[in-house]
Amino acid sequence: MRAAVIQFPGSNCDRDMAVALDKVSGNNKQTQMIWHKESGLPHGLDIIAIPGGFSFGDYLRCGAIAARSPIMNAVVDFAKKGGYVLGVCNGFQVLTESGLLPGTLMRNSDLKFICKNIKLRVETTSSHFTSAYTNGEIINVPIAHHDGNYNADQHTLDILNNDDRIAFRYINNPNGSMNDIAGILSENRRVLGMMPHPERLNDPLLGGIDGNRLFESMATTLVSA
Amino acid sequence: MKVRVHITLKPGVLDPQGAAVRRSLDSLGFGGIEKVRQGKVIELDLKETDVLKATAQVEKMCEKLLANTVIENYSVEIL
Repeated sequence: MRAAVIQFPGSNCDRDMAVALDKVSGNNKQTQMIWHKESGLPHGLDIIAIPGGFSFGDYLRCGAIAARSPIMNAVVDFAKKGGYVLGVCNGFQVLTESGLLPGTLMRNSDLKFICKNIKLRVETTSSHFTSAYTNGEIINVPIAHHDGNYNADQHTLDILNNDDRIAFRYINNPNGSMNDIAGILSENRRVLGMMPHPERLNDPLLGGIDGNRLFESMATTLVSA
Repeated sequence: MKVRVHITLKPGVLDPQGAAVRRSLDSLGFGGIEKVRQGKVIELDLKETDVLKATAQVEKMCEKLLANTVIENYSVEIL
Protein backbone atom coordinates (compact mmCIF):
# COMPACT_ATOMS: atom_id res chain seq x y z
CA MET A 1 0.00 0.00 0.00
CA ARG A 2 1.39 3.38 -0.98
CA ALA A 3 0.15 6.07 1.38
CA ALA A 4 0.58 9.80 1.70
CA VAL A 5 -0.25 12.20 4.52
CA ILE A 6 -1.17 15.80 3.80
CA GLN A 7 0.40 18.38 6.11
CA PHE A 8 -1.13 21.78 6.81
CA PRO A 9 0.24 24.46 9.11
CA GLY A 10 -1.22 23.36 12.46
CA SER A 11 -1.52 19.65 11.64
CA ASN A 12 -0.31 17.73 14.69
CA CYS A 13 -1.26 14.10 14.10
CA ASP A 14 0.54 13.85 10.77
CA ARG A 15 3.50 11.86 12.07
CA ASP A 16 1.34 9.54 14.17
CA MET A 17 -0.69 8.88 11.05
CA ALA A 18 2.47 8.17 9.02
CA VAL A 19 3.72 5.74 11.69
CA ALA A 20 0.39 3.90 11.67
CA LEU A 21 0.41 3.72 7.87
CA ASP A 22 4.07 2.67 7.67
CA LYS A 23 3.36 -0.19 10.04
CA VAL A 24 1.02 -1.84 7.53
CA SER A 25 2.39 -0.54 4.23
CA GLY A 26 5.11 -3.12 3.66
CA ASN A 27 8.78 -2.78 2.96
CA ASN A 28 10.17 0.19 1.05
CA LYS A 29 6.81 1.85 0.96
CA GLN A 30 7.33 4.65 3.38
CA THR A 31 4.42 7.03 3.74
CA GLN A 32 5.01 10.24 1.83
CA MET A 33 4.43 13.57 3.52
CA ILE A 34 2.87 16.20 1.27
CA TRP A 35 2.85 19.90 2.09
CA HIS A 36 -0.43 21.74 1.50
CA LYS A 37 1.09 24.14 -1.02
CA GLU A 38 1.86 21.34 -3.46
CA SER A 39 -0.59 21.28 -6.32
CA GLY A 40 -0.04 17.72 -7.48
CA LEU A 41 0.20 14.27 -5.93
CA PRO A 42 2.89 11.64 -6.50
CA HIS A 43 1.85 8.92 -8.92
CA GLY A 44 0.76 5.50 -7.75
CA LEU A 45 -0.78 6.41 -4.40
CA ASP A 46 -3.32 3.98 -2.94
CA ILE A 47 -4.51 6.15 -0.11
CA ILE A 48 -4.27 9.72 1.14
CA ALA A 49 -4.69 10.49 4.82
CA ILE A 50 -5.68 13.89 6.13
CA PRO A 51 -4.48 14.06 9.71
CA GLY A 52 -5.80 15.63 12.87
CA GLY A 53 -4.69 18.93 14.31
CA PHE A 54 -5.72 22.54 14.09
CA SER A 55 -5.03 23.43 10.47
CA PHE A 56 -4.74 27.20 10.05
CA GLY A 57 -5.57 27.62 13.72
CA ASP A 58 -9.19 26.59 13.14
CA TYR A 59 -9.68 30.14 11.81
CA LEU A 60 -13.05 30.92 10.18
CA ARG A 61 -14.35 27.33 10.67
CA CYS A 62 -12.45 24.14 11.50
CA GLY A 63 -10.94 22.79 8.29
CA ALA A 64 -12.37 25.57 6.12
CA ILE A 65 -9.10 27.16 5.03
CA ALA A 66 -7.27 23.84 4.67
CA ALA A 67 -10.08 22.60 2.43
CA ARG A 68 -9.31 25.46 0.00
CA SER A 69 -5.54 24.96 -0.04
CA PRO A 70 -3.87 24.03 -3.37
CA ILE A 71 -3.29 20.35 -2.54
CA MET A 72 -6.97 19.79 -1.81
CA ASN A 73 -7.90 20.28 -5.47
CA ALA A 74 -5.65 17.31 -6.22
CA VAL A 75 -7.09 15.31 -3.30
CA VAL A 76 -10.66 15.98 -4.48
CA ASP A 77 -9.70 14.87 -8.02
CA PHE A 78 -8.02 11.76 -6.59
CA ALA A 79 -11.18 10.91 -4.62
CA LYS A 80 -13.45 11.58 -7.59
CA LYS A 81 -11.42 9.13 -9.64
CA GLY A 82 -12.05 6.48 -7.01
CA GLY A 83 -9.00 7.05 -4.81
CA TYR A 84 -9.11 6.20 -1.12
CA VAL A 85 -9.05 9.03 1.40
CA LEU A 86 -9.05 8.83 5.18
CA GLY A 87 -9.69 11.92 7.27
CA VAL A 88 -9.31 11.80 11.03
CA CYS A 89 -10.50 14.52 13.40
CA ASN A 90 -9.46 17.79 11.73
CA GLY A 91 -9.07 15.65 8.60
CA PHE A 92 -12.79 14.76 8.84
CA GLN A 93 -13.59 18.47 9.14
CA VAL A 94 -11.46 19.18 6.05
CA LEU A 95 -13.33 16.45 4.13
CA THR A 96 -16.76 17.89 4.95
CA GLU A 97 -15.55 21.43 4.15
CA SER A 98 -14.18 20.24 0.81
CA GLY A 99 -17.47 18.57 -0.07
CA LEU A 100 -16.08 15.02 -0.20
CA LEU A 101 -18.33 14.04 2.70
CA PRO A 102 -21.77 15.45 3.51
CA GLY A 103 -22.77 17.38 6.63
CA THR A 104 -20.57 19.39 8.92
CA LEU A 105 -18.88 19.25 12.33
CA MET A 106 -20.02 21.87 14.78
CA ARG A 107 -18.93 22.91 18.27
CA ASN A 108 -19.41 20.12 20.85
CA SER A 109 -22.81 20.47 22.47
CA ASP A 110 -21.32 21.13 25.92
CA LEU A 111 -18.82 23.59 24.36
CA LYS A 112 -15.89 21.74 25.93
CA PHE A 113 -12.79 20.31 24.30
CA ILE A 114 -13.02 16.58 25.03
CA CYS A 115 -9.89 14.46 25.23
CA LYS A 116 -10.49 10.93 26.46
CA ASN A 117 -10.90 7.31 25.46
CA ILE A 118 -14.38 6.46 24.30
CA LYS A 119 -16.20 3.40 23.02
CA LEU A 120 -17.28 3.11 19.42
CA ARG A 121 -19.51 0.59 17.73
CA VAL A 122 -18.42 -0.62 14.32
CA GLU A 123 -21.57 -0.10 12.25
CA THR A 124 -20.42 -1.58 8.98
CA THR A 125 -17.64 -3.89 7.94
CA SER A 126 -18.51 -3.33 4.32
CA SER A 127 -15.65 -0.96 3.51
CA HIS A 128 -11.92 -1.18 2.92
CA PHE A 129 -11.45 0.73 6.17
CA THR A 130 -13.47 -1.51 8.46
CA SER A 131 -13.34 -5.00 6.97
CA ALA A 132 -10.99 -6.33 9.68
CA TYR A 133 -13.52 -5.55 12.42
CA THR A 134 -16.69 -7.50 13.11
CA ASN A 135 -20.11 -5.96 12.69
CA GLY A 136 -21.38 -4.39 15.90
CA GLU A 137 -18.01 -4.82 17.60
CA ILE A 138 -17.26 -2.30 20.33
CA ILE A 139 -13.79 -0.77 20.21
CA ASN A 140 -11.88 1.70 22.36
CA VAL A 141 -10.48 4.74 20.58
CA PRO A 142 -9.43 8.17 21.88
CA ILE A 143 -11.12 11.40 20.88
CA ALA A 144 -9.59 14.86 21.19
CA HIS A 145 -11.72 17.59 19.70
CA HIS A 146 -13.72 20.74 20.27
CA ASP A 147 -15.82 20.52 17.13
CA GLY A 148 -16.98 16.97 16.61
CA ASN A 149 -20.71 17.49 16.75
CA TYR A 150 -21.86 15.97 13.45
CA ASN A 151 -24.76 17.80 11.86
CA ALA A 152 -26.61 17.16 8.64
CA ASP A 153 -30.15 17.66 7.38
CA GLN A 154 -32.66 14.83 7.78
CA HIS A 155 -32.45 13.89 4.11
CA THR A 156 -28.67 13.39 4.37
CA LEU A 157 -29.02 11.39 7.60
CA ASP A 158 -31.61 9.15 5.92
CA ILE A 159 -29.25 8.50 3.01
CA LEU A 160 -26.34 7.73 5.35
CA ASN A 161 -28.50 5.32 7.35
CA ASN A 162 -30.18 3.64 4.40
CA ASP A 163 -26.97 3.19 2.40
CA ASP A 164 -25.02 1.73 5.33
CA ARG A 165 -22.62 4.66 5.21
CA ILE A 166 -22.27 5.19 8.96
CA ALA A 167 -18.96 3.51 9.79
CA PHE A 168 -18.82 4.17 13.54
CA ARG A 169 -21.23 5.34 16.22
CA TYR A 170 -20.49 6.51 19.75
CA ILE A 171 -21.79 4.29 22.54
CA ASN A 172 -22.09 7.30 24.88
CA ASN A 173 -22.42 10.31 22.61
CA PRO A 174 -19.79 12.76 23.92
CA ASN A 175 -20.39 15.75 21.66
CA GLY A 176 -24.03 15.93 20.57
CA SER A 177 -23.51 14.35 17.14
CA MET A 178 -26.74 13.56 15.34
CA ASN A 179 -27.56 9.85 15.36
CA ASP A 180 -24.42 9.32 17.53
CA ILE A 181 -22.36 9.51 14.34
CA ALA A 182 -18.58 9.24 14.81
CA GLY A 183 -17.54 8.36 11.27
CA ILE A 184 -19.11 8.23 7.80
CA LEU A 185 -18.31 6.88 4.37
CA SER A 186 -18.69 8.52 0.98
CA GLU A 187 -21.17 7.23 -1.56
CA ASN A 188 -18.50 5.02 -3.21
CA ARG A 189 -17.33 3.93 0.30
CA ARG A 190 -13.76 5.01 -0.49
CA VAL A 191 -13.66 8.15 1.62
CA LEU A 192 -13.91 7.77 5.40
CA GLY A 193 -14.10 10.65 7.83
CA MET A 194 -14.08 10.04 11.57
CA MET A 195 -13.52 12.14 14.68
CA PRO A 196 -11.86 9.45 16.88
CA HIS A 197 -8.15 8.76 16.42
CA PRO A 198 -7.38 5.17 15.37
CA GLU A 199 -3.74 6.15 14.74
CA ARG A 200 -3.35 6.90 18.45
CA LEU A 201 -4.22 3.38 19.52
CA ASN A 202 -2.24 1.02 17.35
CA ASP A 203 0.44 -0.27 19.70
CA PRO A 204 0.24 -1.86 23.15
CA LEU A 205 2.62 0.85 24.35
CA LEU A 206 -0.07 3.40 23.56
CA GLY A 207 -2.59 1.56 25.71
CA GLY A 208 -4.36 -0.50 23.06
CA ILE A 209 -4.44 -1.74 19.53
CA ASP A 210 -8.10 -1.33 18.57
CA GLY A 211 -7.15 1.34 16.03
CA ASN A 212 -4.76 -0.93 14.22
CA ARG A 213 -7.33 -3.00 12.40
CA LEU A 214 -8.51 0.06 10.52
CA PHE A 215 -5.06 0.30 8.95
CA GLU A 216 -4.84 -3.46 8.52
CA SER A 217 -8.20 -3.41 6.71
CA MET A 218 -6.78 -0.95 4.23
CA ALA A 219 -3.48 -2.75 3.81
CA THR A 220 -5.05 -6.11 3.07
CA THR A 221 -7.25 -4.75 0.32
CA LEU A 222 -5.19 -1.87 -1.05
CA VAL A 223 -2.17 -3.72 -2.30
CA SER A 224 -0.22 -1.77 -4.89
CA ALA A 225 0.23 -3.23 -8.27
CA MET B 1 -15.72 50.07 -1.05
CA LYS B 2 -16.46 48.64 2.36
CA VAL B 3 -18.62 45.57 2.52
CA ARG B 4 -19.97 43.78 5.54
CA VAL B 5 -20.93 40.13 5.47
CA HIS B 6 -23.29 38.71 8.07
CA ILE B 7 -23.10 34.97 8.59
CA THR B 8 -25.82 33.33 10.63
CA LEU B 9 -26.77 29.76 11.39
CA LYS B 10 -29.70 28.50 9.38
CA PRO B 11 -32.96 28.20 11.30
CA GLY B 12 -33.20 24.81 12.96
CA VAL B 13 -29.43 24.30 13.26
CA LEU B 14 -28.53 23.78 16.89
CA ASP B 15 -26.44 26.62 18.29
CA PRO B 16 -24.76 25.48 21.52
CA GLN B 17 -22.81 28.73 21.80
CA GLY B 18 -25.94 30.83 21.48
CA ALA B 19 -27.61 28.65 24.11
CA ALA B 20 -24.66 29.14 26.49
CA VAL B 21 -24.78 32.91 25.98
CA ARG B 22 -28.50 32.86 26.73
CA ARG B 23 -27.94 30.94 29.97
CA SER B 24 -25.19 33.35 30.99
CA LEU B 25 -27.37 36.38 30.30
CA ASP B 26 -30.11 34.69 32.26
CA SER B 27 -27.80 34.20 35.24
CA LEU B 28 -26.90 37.91 35.09
CA GLY B 29 -30.56 38.71 35.61
CA PHE B 30 -31.53 39.47 32.00
CA GLY B 31 -34.74 37.49 32.12
CA GLY B 32 -37.20 36.86 29.36
CA ILE B 33 -34.69 35.92 26.66
CA GLU B 34 -36.27 33.18 24.62
CA LYS B 35 -33.39 32.47 22.28
CA VAL B 36 -29.88 33.65 21.38
CA ARG B 37 -28.29 32.85 18.03
CA GLN B 38 -24.64 33.63 17.49
CA GLY B 39 -23.11 34.49 14.13
CA LYS B 40 -20.16 36.20 12.49
CA VAL B 41 -19.53 39.57 10.91
CA ILE B 42 -16.77 39.89 8.33
CA GLU B 43 -15.78 43.31 6.95
CA LEU B 44 -13.98 43.63 3.66
CA ASP B 45 -12.35 46.59 1.99
CA LEU B 46 -12.52 46.18 -1.78
CA LYS B 47 -10.92 48.09 -4.64
CA GLU B 48 -14.12 47.60 -6.62
CA THR B 49 -16.31 50.72 -6.81
CA ASP B 50 -19.31 49.26 -8.61
CA VAL B 51 -21.95 48.13 -6.11
CA LEU B 52 -23.36 45.34 -8.27
CA LYS B 53 -19.94 43.95 -9.12
CA ALA B 54 -18.78 44.16 -5.51
CA THR B 55 -21.92 42.39 -4.30
CA ALA B 56 -21.50 39.64 -6.87
CA GLN B 57 -17.84 39.23 -5.97
CA VAL B 58 -18.53 38.97 -2.23
CA GLU B 59 -21.41 36.56 -2.76
CA LYS B 60 -18.99 34.32 -4.63
CA MET B 61 -16.57 34.58 -1.70
CA CYS B 62 -19.35 33.54 0.67
CA GLU B 63 -20.22 30.52 -1.46
CA LYS B 64 -16.59 29.45 -1.81
CA LEU B 65 -15.17 30.16 1.63
CA LEU B 66 -16.74 32.63 4.02
CA ALA B 67 -19.91 30.65 4.79
CA ASN B 68 -20.55 26.94 5.10
CA THR B 69 -23.83 26.82 3.24
CA VAL B 70 -24.67 23.43 4.75
CA ILE B 71 -25.44 25.17 8.04
CA GLU B 72 -25.04 28.90 7.47
CA ASN B 73 -26.85 31.70 5.67
CA TYR B 74 -25.10 34.88 4.62
CA SER B 75 -26.09 38.38 3.66
CA VAL B 76 -23.97 41.06 2.02
CA GLU B 77 -24.26 44.68 3.07
CA ILE B 78 -22.57 47.50 1.15
CA LEU B 79 -21.44 50.19 3.60
